[in-house]
Amino acid sequence: MPAKASRAAFGEALLDLGARDERIVTLDADLSKSTMTGNFAKKYPARAFNLGIAESNMIGVGAGLALTGRIPFACSFACFIAGRFETIRISVAYTNANLKIVGTHSGIAIGEDGYSQMGLEDVACIRSLPNIGIIQPADEIETKQAIAYAVEHQGPLYLRLTRQSLEPVCPPDYRFQYGRWLVLRKGHDVTLIGSGGPLFNCLEAAKRLEPDGISAEVINAACIKPLDEELLVQSAGKTGHVVTVEDHTVSGGLGGAVAERLGDLLPTPIKRLGVHGFGESGDQKGLYAKHGLDPAGIAASVKKFLHR
Amino acid sequence: MAEVRLESIARECRVQILRMLAHAGSGHPGGSLSVIDILTTLFFGRLRYDAKRPDWPDRDRVVLSKGHAVPALYAVLAKAGYFPEKSLITLRKLGSPLQGHPDRTMLPGIEAATGSLGQGLSISLGLSLGLKLAGSSARVYCVLGDGETQEGQVWEAAMAAPKLGQPDHALDNLVVILDYNKIQLDNFVKKVLDIEPVTAKWQSFGWPVLEIDGHDIAQITKALDQAEATTGGPTFIVAHTVKGKGVSFMENDPEWHGKAPKPAEAIKAIREVLGITEGAWEEYLKTDSSTRAIVDELAALEKK
Repeated sequence: MPAKASRAAFGEALLDLGARDERIVTLDADLSKSTMTGNFAKKYPARAFNLGIAESNMIGVGAGLALTGRIPFACSFACFIAGRFETIRISVAYTNANLKIVGTHSGIAIGEDGYSQMGLEDVACIRSLPNIGIIQPADEIETKQAIAYAVEHQGPLYLRLTRQSLEPVCPPDYRFQYGRWLVLRKGHDVTLIGSGGPLFNCLEAAKRLEPDGISAEVINAACIKPLDEELLVQSAGKTGHVVTVEDHTVSGGLGGAVAERLGDLLPTPIKRLGVHGFGESGDQKGLYAKHGLDPAGIAASVKKFLHR
Repeated sequence: MAEVRLESIARECRVQILRMLAHAGSGHPGGSLSVIDILTTLFFGRLRYDAKRPDWPDRDRVVLSKGHAVPALYAVLAKAGYFPEKSLITLRKLGSPLQGHPDRTMLPGIEAATGSLGQGLSISLGLSLGLKLAGSSARVYCVLGDGETQEGQVWEAAMAAPKLGQPDHALDNLVVILDYNKIQLDNFVKKVLDIEPVTAKWQSFGWPVLEIDGHDIAQITKALDQAEATTGGPTFIVAHTVKGKGVSFMENDPEWHGKAPKPAEAIKAIREVLGITEGAWEEYLKTDSSTRAIVDELAALEKK
């Protein structure tokens, strides 16, 4: 399977699911070319609505549609979604509206457009809300399954997708399960928990650590909320060291969620890797290297963390 | 005849609003009293609903976007049979589904969680569009506060509504009613941030606009008829109202936006709402046992 952006896999999944389920509608805020709902709109023009550059209204309209039994996907960049927190808080989460919110262009990996277009705080914001789940798929196969699951899931969801292409990481027979994580690579010295964009780099980092005698377990945390507490505790109990890796601010995202739960369930030394401060313009490779999210950076952080 | 009946229901609802706010010890009487004639006309002269089946897909919907006026909505919902009137005095109390601002998940009959101002119109657009897509003939009534229209999201929705769903699913099942009582929390609307020219603003966004006296049941009914006869898009009704309508010491006073009456004040207000003079009050109560019970209950509360 070639590398594919999760936003592209999302667009393809919607086309397929839309043919089978009349209830699916899409909502966009003038970014349908970027969120990849454009083909759905072409095929099902009566079920695709462009609300213009007005994300708050788009999310509210989506909540209303959901309350009448439609299954709307409200799409924009992750940063513009998070910016409409108050509407998500009341019209979606508190209302428990069956709306699927899709935030593409997550993280510094979008590169050249710079910070204002980077979704870096979306998980931290949305994670604080009851009722709403957060899914961040890591490759094409997982994205398509997550979108299919989202249609079946009763209740609001936030789906965090990438602009950049993602190398396949999940096995061909992979089956997405809500609230469940997957061990992609077994190990016993350290648990690397990744999600979405940087997950492939976690696997690469694990390979680099091998010659140094460090056996890294790599977990795909596609579901950021709810966490897979069982697997988290099991793996942390085994390795005694947890490293989280995410293309998101280092505060309040996947790393924050893992630290909170481990603190409750099994206090374990933890190192959180992510973005510090604001993002900036640049090429994706260079930005990942600068923020230590490339294979070399992740491997170096792990070694330092383990005092090796 | 129909108007006399609705006026009588609205009076009873005003009594309940004052009663529940006094028991709660906090809340928003001014905007509840300004909107109650509109809600009464909707619930008892217009809407298709079944209180026993609050999730009936083809029911008409009311979204009270100015969620702080929810005591008015609770009063009509109780009268419509969604829950017993005796529950009204649990307003704002721990464990009550009668939250300080509407919670759709806790109370059947509430269509949307509102109170964070500016969001109800967007939800109403989604409801209207969803009903159209489902082929339902149900209608959606969204009630906006005047101060609320200072929120930016209202204008995102205002710009979208006349165009949304065109041409096959135009939102002619949507009516928006502005409860234009001219007062917001801090002060008079025109002193805080004037929203005029209201009619011209909404017209320029593509809405047909009707202007009425929001306390005149006949005018409200006629405007709703006109809206129902309008095809091809939604209708906007500017309902000129009086904040605190029916209670002399609350009318047009920003102080009564968000302050509950003390029990003794509530009793006086109830007497005024019912149009009874102070001298005739004791005699009147002998003839009206339900009001007598409410007044006794409030008098007991005063002593606590």
